[in-house]
Amino acid sequence: MTAPASSTKVRGETILSVDNLVKHFPISQGVLFQRQIGAVKAVDGVSFELRRGETLGVVGESGCGKSTLARLLMRLETPTSGRATLEGRDLFKASGGELRRLRRNMQMVMQDPYTSLNPRMTVGDIIGEPFEIHRDAAPKGSKAKRVQELLDVVGLNPEHINRYPHQFSGGQRQRIGIARALALRPEVIVCDEPVSALDVSIQAQVINLLEQLQDEFGLSYIFIAHDLSVVRHIADRVAVMYLGRIVEIGTEDEIYERATHPYTQALLSAVPVPDPEVRDQRNMIRLVGDVPSPADPPSGCHFRTRCWKAQDICAVEDPATVPRAADPHPSACHFAELRPATPAA
Amino acid sequence: MTHATVEPTPASATPDGGHLLELKDLHVEFRTNEGVAQVINGVSYHLDAGETLAVLGESGSGKSVTAQAIMGILDTPPAFVRSGQILYRGQDLLTASEEQRRQVRGKEIAMIFQDALSALNPVFPVGWQIGETLRQRSGMSRGDARRRAVELMDLVKIPGAAKRIGDYPHQFSGGMRQRVMIAMALALDPKVLIADEPTTALDVTVQAQIMDLLADLRRDLNMAMILITHDLGVVAGVADRIAVMYAGRIVEHADVRALYKAPAHPYTKGLLESIPRMDVRGQELSTIKGLPPNLMRIPSGCPFHPRCPYVQQVCVDVVPHDLVLGDGRTSACHFAQEVRDDSAR
Repeated sequence: MTAPASSTKVRGETILSVDNLVKHFPISQGVLFQRQIGAVKAVDGVSFELRRGETLGVVGESGCGKSTLARLLMRLETPTSGRATLEGRDLFKASGGELRRLRRNMQMVMQDPYTSLNPRMTVGDIIGEPFEIHRDAAPKGSKAKRVQELLDVVGLNPEHINRYPHQFSGGQRQRIGIARALALRPEVIVCDEPVSALDVSIQAQVINLLEQLQDEFGLSYIFIAHDLSVVRHIADRVAVMYLGRIVEIGTEDEIYERATHPYTQALLSAVPVPDPEVRDQRNMIRLVGDVPSPADPPSGCHFRTRCWKAQDICAVEDPATVPRAADPHPSACHFAELRPATPAA
Repeated sequence: MTHATVEPTPASATPDGGHLLELKDLHVEFRTNEGVAQVINGVSYHLDAGETLAVLGESGSGKSVTAQAIMGILDTPPAFVRSGQILYRGQDLLTASEEQRRQVRGKEIAMIFQDALSALNPVFPVGWQIGETLRQRSGMSRGDARRRAVELMDLVKIPGAAKRIGDYPHQFSGGMRQRVMIAMALALDPKVLIADEPTTALDVTVQAQIMDLLADLRRDLNMAMILITHDLGVVAGVADRIAVMYAGRIVEHADVRALYKAPAHPYTKGLLESIPRMDVRGQELSTIKGLPPNLMRIPSGCPFHPRCPYVQQVCVDVVPHDLVLGDGRTSACHFAQEVRDDSAR
């Protein structure tokens, strides 16, 4: 599994560090004189580290802020506050040439392969566009050759360089998106729901491709998804988000086998298992109600309104995401404990 | 070599000995400017009172078009039923008059759709929309229809139904909207409920709530249900029988336990092996190579042969018939026996 790392870079050292990242979208009222009457707290104090060569899965339901987190890291949104450093350099303070260098090191694969590729550009132009911006990445005249190499790497026919996106299927388009993200030889790739728009038989092909590329190029992934089975398959560590916060973070094993946060436990137990034999044996936790609006999250612990363990303290005191007595991985619950009987594991 | 054993199908037939709903050799084609796409190519299945049949397939497999044909809501043009029969209590719906179909639609067979937001009318309150069917079809007065709408909203467990009856669809969350649509479908007390990807747009915890609700309602109201989905996990949780579709054909049809234990068609086997499973660790994802066929140019012989690991010359030349595998299951594969024995190993 060792990657042929190009230089003296050590696998396992921290490559990306995020500290207390916050993004509030203002809600304003009024036509001429707009005043702010509130804020959607999309990302509300998120901290984590990404290590070289690992895959960090980020899971959560819609509205939990996982996509905003991706957009913040790519600097497609400006954070309200917080810090992030990529190889020690501040992501949000960088500008001009330094920002360009940082961006080169961190690329993104989008969710929807149908809208994230320009229908009027050929595949060659789409994958080659990064070289227009970063002219030193491909020496003059070598662009077409580089694009063909990239097509080959992601398992597409290099001769299809002059085709348009509509001539490809969904899975092939996602491969084009991956080739574009690989063009500048980044070290970190943020994948925002990269397989959720694909059919099951195609999904496995793309997951295998991402894993193979990681081994080949020593990539680090932030893998955002709502499908917990996919994340378990690909991730080394997993962060669980709820209403803008990370409620639990740990290794794949710690989250899937020894979860201590009630939300993680409920989420895991709700995943349908493709085996009719365990239908009646599964010990499912049924959450009541829906996720509250991120514009008006509950006081204290955000999960308390749906939690069966909630006590008075949960409404008052916001639990920190710290190691708990039940298990040494960080969990944001005052009453963190292991589930007595884990469902068919 | 263990042969999968199957319990006898739990369902009972209608009093006259036939099935409640039966499709016989249905063919549907889409006539477009680019050519004729053969969307449904000889689909036959049946449904008995009180049972749940899952129709599983990827996009383009024809699973939704089959349901639209049953409901009589195909878009014509481009869709045309070329041949076949759809028998409801022995009556052929395809040759029935529009008035006869109208009597069946809603009252006997009702349908819920994937995207509740676009299936509901945004400019009318939900109570009015649920009551509309009752006013039009049962001749209820406004007041009665309104009272019945509240009962129906209670039935699908919408909290505070009496207060929310005047709310508009956008004021409901995704899960609640899906409940509103279920309430509408139940208004005329149908005998068959067709659920077309009812939880695909929902988060996993909400998906679990809706699947529970559907299972409870089906049992309490003694309906039969056709569940159309691409999700092998959801199927395993609720279905009695399963029909797997590929390129407009049913390739395998079996009791759900038997099918998951030992699939007898290479496509089903490939699908089951390509999903990441949360309850299985360190699993290698195998893939189905290639892409689903273009329905304007379906491959000769077995439509799955270009992607099939079991392919022989006979598969290219001869269309496989449904092979009955003794225990009430069928597989449209020349090597069905062999595939099942491989899977059971």
